Amino acid sequence: MLSIKNLAVDFRTRRGTVEAVRGISFDVAAGETLGIVGESGSGKSVTSYALMRILDAGGRISAGDVVYGGMDLRRAHERDMRDIRGREISMIFQNPRAALNPIRKVGRQIEDVLRQHGRATRQDAREKAIRALEDVRIADAEARYEAYPFELSGGMCQRIVIAVALACDPRLLIADEPTTGLDITTQKAVMDLSRDLIRARGMSSILITHDLGLAAEYCDRLAVMKDGEIVETGLAAEVFANPCHSYTVQLVAATPRPGVHVRDLLPARARSPLPPHEVGQGALVAVRGLTKTYAGKSGPVHAVRGIDFDLLEGQSVGLAGESGCGKSTTSEMLVRLLDPTAGTILFEGEDIGGVPADAFTRDKRRGAIQMVFQDATDSLNPRHTARNAIAEPLRRLGGMKAAERDSRIVELADLTGLPGRLLDRFPHQLSGGQKARVGIARAIALDPKFLILDEPTAALDVSIQAVVLNLLADLRARLGMTYLFVSHDLNVVRLLCDHVIVMKAGEIVENGPVSRVMTAPSHPYTRALLSAAPTSCDSLSRTEAAE
Amino acid sequence: MSSQAKAISLRIAQTIPVLLGVVIISFVLTRALPGDPAAYFAGVMADANSIEATREALGLDKPMIQQFFLYVGDMLQGDLGRSISTGRPVATDLAERLPASLELTLTALVLSCLIAVPLGIWAAVRQGSWVDHLCRVLVTAGVSLPTFFTGVLLIYVFYYLLGWAPSPLGRLDFLYLSPPRVTGFYLIDSLLARDMEVFFASLRQLALPGITLGLFTLAPIARMTRAAMLTALSSDYLRTARAAGLGPRKVLYGYAFRNALLPVVTTLGMVFSFVLGANVLVEKVFAWPGIGSYAVEALVASDYAAVQGFVLAMALLFVFLNLLIDLSYALIDPRIGFTEK
Repeated sequence: MLSIKNLAVDFRTRRGTVEAVRGISFDVAAGETLGIVGESGSGKSVTSYALMRILDAGGRISAGDVVYGGMDLRRAHERDMRDIRGREISMIFQNPRAALNPIRKVGRQIEDVLRQHGRATRQDAREKAIRALEDVRIADAEARYEAYPFELSGGMCQRIVIAVALACDPRLLIADEPTTGLDITTQKAVMDLSRDLIRARGMSSILITHDLGLAAEYCDRLAVMKDGEIVETGLAAEVFANPCHSYTVQLVAATPRPGVHVRDLLPARARSPLPPHEVGQGALVAVRGLTKTYAGKSGPVHAVRGIDFDLLEGQSVGLAGESGCGKSTTSEMLVRLLDPTAGTILFEGEDIGGVPADAFTRDKRRGAIQMVFQDATDSLNPRHTARNAIAEPLRRLGGMKAAERDSRIVELADLTGLPGRLLDRFPHQLSGGQKARVGIARAIALDPKFLILDEPTAALDVSIQAVVLNLLADLRARLGMTYLFVSHDLNVVRLLCDHVIVMKAGEIVENGPVSRVMTAPSHPYTRALLSAAPTSCDSLSRTEAAE
Repeated sequence: MSSQAKAISLRIAQTIPVLLGVVIISFVLTRALPGDPAAYFAGVMADANSIEATREALGLDKPMIQQFFLYVGDMLQGDLGRSISTGRPVATDLAERLPASLELTLTALVLSCLIAVPLGIWAAVRQGSWVDHLCRVLVTAGVSLPTFFTGVLLIYVFYYLLGWAPSPLGRLDFLYLSPPRVTGFYLIDSLLARDMEVFFASLRQLALPGITLGLFTLAPIARMTRAAMLTALSSDYLRTARAAGLGPRKVLYGYAFRNALLPVVTTLGMVFSFVLGANVLVEKVFAWPGIGSYAVEALVASDYAAVQGFVLAMALLFVFLNLLIDLSYALIDPRIGFTEK
């Protein structure tokens, strides 16, 4: 149905031509789902934009053929392409809320597509748009027709995007990272929905994702891309269970899944024994009745509703839950950037919850409680070099002399595996993994006892995530830090933590050792979270176990 | 009462403290101006006694507080006092001169929008092409050439050299009678009176100052339209629209431009308020009997009532304009509600 031969795409930039895709070939048969898997910069999204001919300015197909149902898409007239888009081939995108026009009613946006392709007239457009909304299982479609994207949840927006894409019964659906940024239970709902619709209509589809587990579960065949080339193709189960190319092996290994240890994520030659970390008996942090209530437009919003837990000295505790569960609010109160409404936070027996967040910056315990932020790029000052970023806490709180500080920075860079020559670079000159290292070096600069990690790997590719998680495991053993690891992904939490706390709607629903929570969760919500993770991961771990 | 109407009346209520502040500040500021109006109006030959007599006649011998309450009391009855330099009630002066300024400013803005918005859109769509460069040149010229310079240049070329434009002396050539007053806008009034001759005459008078001011306001509007369009064109929802096969017209106007409109409206509001106060130079060059030149003359003469009246009128206008902009935001962007404030 779709056949791509030796496709090459390049972009003209100020620094010359960049080859984003270098001669790839693949076919998609009728009724088949192909997964294109790769890390950021591998050219997987560019491939899909190229075949739709919606490349950004400066991009062009430099070689190869794209043939869809006997039609040459590369040389087709723009007017013909417009008929193809949406009617024959359509796309859904990541970040669904941004993918919808923010100031147009969602029903109208569906109508636009219907009317563009002559599927509806002015009279019956509304009715057909509502039917399209019902098709993607949106409850109360009539009322939702009038909604604007900002009034809907992320999952709901993605359903609308799917409704827009499927409104004109296309034959091929390209899904570009459709669940990035969605909660795991929402991800499952959206993926199941689109799979059901694709099957029911006998469509073909291409799923573009960085998540091997997701691709393996929902695709028939996989193509693994790296640096603009396809390094491996094969049946989904085959590629996952029995990867041939060294890159695929590395990618499979780096995917967090049940039954593996943090070291297993690394390539085999880099797996040194994991140093043990000691968990003491005394509580370093004790949280009692912690509450945060915001004043909302329609009454108070209870972000955190009186939670209690202890963190033992040297322990690593995971704080898991979906967006809006209160895990970030909790971590911000613990790191003393946010004042609790009620409750106490005992740090080494003293209540630090009573010290206002503004005053805590000058508290002597500021250095003992530090944080690694979610987005390594946004949390670094773009006008400061890596050296400056790491020096900042030393200068403000360390009270060190310049010479002493310089040697400490080199020491920290060494600890976090940041090559010394990179210290004088600016954030935009560093890769994602290097920026993560700078963020970690900055956080441990003052030898904190308690480190809060707020989704430190969420924005990273899996292979980088594997390296950063291992670095964190090493640092913990070496410096004896206590971790609070905040994450939405239980499979990642499990790799690093001894203990897991699961939050839902501002309350703790589960609190126990990692082994018990992962294997025998007591709360139905935890079970739902665990079962929402792509199940092929299980089959993979089973295959590994069998070997 | 619907929530929308309630929100709007709340928004209008918010303007009351602003107006109150303006009244107080304009009163105090005019008193703080250097110069003694009594000495000024008593004349060069006056002695101490006659200055004192003038002071008493102007009511300036009373304590400040008493003066203020007298002023506020009169104002509430619609009496803004009497201008000492023109000898007429300030309200009458303003009613005559404000429409002149508004007509000029609005003409200039309409003119510059008609050019700047399509130019900005075009420049964004064809980024890096000759249109984009033309846009850049125009924008640079617009901001770097002061209005009094372009004004004089236009007069030199079109009046003196080519003789196309009428003499730059006010709103209407002395050959014509001003149309019967309805709105105070000559263009509208002459149309209402079905007097096409006067209409074209006043249009001819308006052309050069309108173009002068329009060139000046063109720059920020074109610049902002281009930037906002570039943002909108590179957005995710535009990619969705293109991937859905929507036609270029729909993509450009239905999706991109409507989203780009918000910053453009903001800029428009700012430019309008700025120009209304700042077009005194153009008014001077073209002998335009507007409110800007009136205010400057009043200021020089320490004509308290006139200055206060001017400041108050401008403040009212700004408040009204901001209200209008806020309301149009809500019309353009459903995400903006009044209740959020």
